Amino acid sequence: MSCSSVGESRVSEDLLQVACLNKRFGALRASKDITFSVRQGEIHALIGPNGAGKTTLINQLSGELVPDSGTILFDNRDITRLSEHRRARLGLARSFQISSIFDRLTVQQNLALAIQAHQGHSFRFWARADRDPQLAGPTHAALQEIGLEARAGELALSLSHGEKRQLEVGMALAGRPKLLLLDEPMAGMGPGGTAQLSELTRSLKGTLSILLVEHDMDVIFALADRITVLIYGEVIATGTPSEIRANPDVQRAYLGGGE
Amino acid sequence: MLPYPNRTRSFLLSGLLLLLLLPPVSSFFGDAYLVSMFSRLLIYALAAASLDLIIGYGGMVSLGHAAFFGIGAYVVGILAWHSYASVPLLTWPLTLEGSESVLIVFPAAVLVSALFAAIIGFFSLRTRGMHFIMITLAFAQMLFFFFVSLEGYGGEDGLSLYARNQLSGVDLGDDTQFYYFCLGFLLLFLYLSQRLVNSRFGQVIQGIRENERRMLALGFPTFRYKLACFVIAGAGAGLAGALIANQSEYVSPGLMHWTRSGEILVMVLLGGLGTLFGPVLGAVVLLLMEEILASFTQYPMVLMGPFLILVVLFARGGLYELLIGRRKPGE
Repeated sequence: MSCSSVGESRVSEDLLQVACLNKRFGALRASKDITFSVRQGEIHALIGPNGAGKTTLINQLSGELVPDSGTILFDNRDITRLSEHRRARLGLARSFQISSIFDRLTVQQNLALAIQAHQGHSFRFWARADRDPQLAGPTHAALQEIGLEARAGELALSLSHGEKRQLEVGMALAGRPKLLLLDEPMAGMGPGGTAQLSELTRSLKGTLSILLVEHDMDVIFALADRITVLIYGEVIATGTPSEIRANPDVQRAYLGGGE
Repeated sequence: MLPYPNRTRSFLLSGLLLLLLLPPVSSFFGDAYLVSMFSRLLIYALAAASLDLIIGYGGMVSLGHAAFFGIGAYVVGILAWHSYASVPLLTWPLTLEGSESVLIVFPAAVLVSALFAAIIGFFSLRTRGMHFIMITLAFAQMLFFFFVSLEGYGGEDGLSLYARNQLSGVDLGDDTQFYYFCLGFLLLFLYLSQRLVNSRFGQVIQGIRENERRMLALGFPTFRYKLACFVIAGAGAGLAGALIANQSEYVSPGLMHWTRSGEILVMVLLGGLGTLFGPVLGAVVLLLMEEILASFTQYPMVLMGPFLILVVLFARGGLYELLIGRRKPGE
């Protein structure tokens, strides 16, 4: 498969279009001609063994890493070179594989910051943020969504691992993004937490698009509309869960088929 | 024990009362030196509080804060020098005369130090951690040597003022009036900073301190917020510098030497990072100890050093937390 085309910018129904994306770290090709798309409103899972380059891909989509070549279109707009914070403003939110929250701020302040990010600039020096009705309402809604109302006043560092994961996802959701990049949201969570987050993800279906990186195959096959399989930085298949299950390449390379 | 807000309030009110009553009490005891000394303490408290904005709230450890302190002082010194000599500071493209009026000199000191903070911050804030410490230090030392080499304004010897700046209705030459003048500026700065750290802007600054990567991912262009915070702190230090020049009626490059930056940093750490009022306490305690120890030993640092180490080791939250206790979440 050749990938010389520079992602033609046709108008498309797809929310996210990635074309011929390449990223190299020295001799390691972390992304090799990655081409795939995420449709409006779908839950799109990204799977692959450890070291397949999933997080590297997420980092390029979110803008933390700049790809060596290729294009990323979001909402039919080329965002390949756009800075990370501008992408976030356009409605591209992400969660982190390792909880990336504000430890010494309260749960409420964590979520309020996520909401504040989407309410114009924050060069407001006078009015108290914690008494701002424009922040309080959405913050409360976000707290309810992730079920952490009871912990609203606690410092984020005092949360349990599972609660931190919930907050992590809650912060990404709080800005009402169009596309949510979830990098292993359930990593290290117990079965109860996993079920709760799966339920949350399912309830979001249709209201926004989700690109979900996850290891738990049960979760993936239960939630995903389509799946893209990444191995050694390369996309080897994209399709519905049943197509992916039946795909011989995937079985051979990843699912350990034939055993 | 009282709940946290009440403890804070009673601490702040008693502190305020003590500071307000200091001049009448010291004049009652006939000790005029105390008022002059405490003016100096209040000025350093202002400088320390301004540094706390960037270190305690913004997480940007700067070791060059005295640069802005010195710039503010030199604005006073240089404008006064031109005023005495009746030589315009600038003749082209516009004529700028020297001045000794508070209403001209103080805004100028604040603006010029803010401008320097904008320039230094613009470059320094591209780095973080150890690099940021070193680059702020380097900038401050550059300014120090610049003023050392500025023979026209006294070079290494600095400039003496013939008198303090003038403000109609107030005699700043009078130590008591000058003391209240300094106290007024300190209170104003603390009030504005308190508003600032609780505002949306303040939340952003603290978010950056906690996790800049996440702030970027949330959609905050963090650089401009850090720069704004750095400039505000620089302006505060410049104000303190303008006051110190008036207090001692003398400016010299020593005001911006890196050891001065270190001293202000120690005040912040001693008092308590990210508490605003802690650094005020830190400045008062540090300078008072220096004064007291200096009266019976030639080497006050021999005793100061171990004290500082003990505070840093056993009272991580500084003296402020030691006094009023830790804030529990939700309190």
